[in-house]
Amino acid sequence: MSRWPIDRFLLWLLRGTATIAGAIVLLIVTFLVMESLPVLQHVGISRFFTDPSWHPTERLYNLTPMLWGTLFAMVGSVLIATPLGILSAVFCRYYAPPAVARPYRKLIELLAGIPSVVYGFWGLVVLVPLIGSIHPPGPSLLAGIIILTIMILPTIALVADASLANVPQQYVRGAAALGLSRWGIIQGVVFPAAKSGLLTGVILETGRAIGETMAILMVCGNVVQTPHSLFDPIRTLTANIALEMAYALGDHRAALFVSGLVLMAMIAALVAAAEWISHGRIYG
Amino acid sequence: MEGFMVNSLGRSLDGRELLASILVWSAAALVTATFCWLLWDILWHGLSQISWTFLTAPPRNAGREGGIGSIIVSTALILGVCLGVSLPIGIGTAVLLAEFTTEASLFGRFTRRSLDVLSGVPSIVFGLFGNAFFCKTLGLGFSILSGGLTLACMVLPILIRSTEEGFRTVPAEYRLSTAALGLSRSTTLFHLLLPAAVPGLLVGLVLGVGRAIAETAALIFTSGYVDRMPESLLDSGRALSVHIFDLSMNVPGGDAHAYASALVLVVLLLAINGIASWLAEYCLHRRIVTV
Repeated sequence: MSRWPIDRFLLWLLRGTATIAGAIVLLIVTFLVMESLPVLQHVGISRFFTDPSWHPTERLYNLTPMLWGTLFAMVGSVLIATPLGILSAVFCRYYAPPAVARPYRKLIELLAGIPSVVYGFWGLVVLVPLIGSIHPPGPSLLAGIIILTIMILPTIALVADASLANVPQQYVRGAAALGLSRWGIIQGVVFPAAKSGLLTGVILETGRAIGETMAILMVCGNVVQTPHSLFDPIRTLTANIALEMAYALGDHRAALFVSGLVLMAMIAALVAAAEWISHGRIYG
Repeated sequence: MEGFMVNSLGRSLDGRELLASILVWSAAALVTATFCWLLWDILWHGLSQISWTFLTAPPRNAGREGGIGSIIVSTALILGVCLGVSLPIGIGTAVLLAEFTTEASLFGRFTRRSLDVLSGVPSIVFGLFGNAFFCKTLGLGFSILSGGLTLACMVLPILIRSTEEGFRTVPAEYRLSTAALGLSRSTTLFHLLLPAAVPGLLVGLVLGVGRAIAETAALIFTSGYVDRMPESLLDSGRALSVHIFDLSMNVPGGDAHAYASALVLVVLLLAINGIASWLAEYCLHRRIVTV
């Protein structure tokens, strides 16, 4: 492509670095599969859902209570964080005076950067005792949902804010000229026009909620059970890996890698959904 | 835009409109209040513990006494390894994606797609991978090196995205004029594009550092728990975030020092975020206009 040898050399060098960067995902999947293969071969996939319980040292590998834990915590937090986050963005764009909107946006950006272990610690020393005083024991699905909500809210708020900013000005002005009220404009014009961006935000926050480990490990109590109320302690897939990896050996270790694979599959599905939304004709 | 919308408030205070206003304002108030509570709590309990001795002394009695000196050193070493590896790979990939491939090229599309997936991988899965690959397969064991390499994989997508953004802000005329002067693309890259893209690179760097210091789950099984002063990169070292986790979960009576460590971590991150937004807002703008 170029007559300078150094250009050809540079191009190959850059291709080398990009190959490394691109190959990491493949490497991760390969290692997850390789490490979980032994247990998949001589235990089989179905037993991860049909075994009576999760007692890996006694060769019982039922992942379903943890799957339910992950799912409940995710659904709960996404249901609360989505409206709050979108309303936050609407506040920034259409309700707050500029002098309030700027610092508010800065606050949200700042919160997006606070580490999960700090949220978890705050949950552990403030939130869990508070919940415990209302309905013991305290460490519970509810605590997990609240902490996750606080953690994923900045994500959805920032993405929603960016997608509201992308709504063409003429739409809003046109609607205002037609005499629509403020909420009428937001509900009838802004939301439909920003739909694809808002959906992408929801998908991103769902991914964060599924993958979150430390905060949820610190506030959820980590009892392996399918929760029957908001005040029951739960254990999520991610917390399970973090808790047992330290001493897991053989098939037990392999079973933890299987739960890693399950998490990867969930994330891959979300990325595919995001791709589909951004390419679909949702703007239509 | 805000102007005319605020004006329409006085006119149309019917029920639905009022309800919407109340909802929006209370959502914002709830979010602000929660976050002020959190930050205030950490500041209030943490500030009284912070002193020069706390920042420099090694932890004693499982962290209940002493300080976080060795922990800060381990964190810095892990960060150093992470950046030493991720910067060259990240910059190289960003240059390739921004300057040497088209949107349609297969290789470029594959790399971009896999980086998208990589940015969504949960941190605990990075931990599993790091443990299996760096600790076991490469035989590095629980070490600062394993932890740093695991984090390097994790920050690559952020680093590449902002560096690429930096290259895209360089006007196309630069490339055309150097090509017209008969310069090689390498000369163009090193003498013109790279200096002009530095602000984007710095933003990526700062964001990557922020993500790396905040990380806990990926480090527990790669760099480990040992809180002694590390003597080499092959020693296990405890990062600040792991220290907070350990103090609050496994050490009864460790809350006071956990608060102080959390405060140190939050202040570090606030400083980093401040630098990033300053760079993004001022440098990036000025660079594009005046270079």
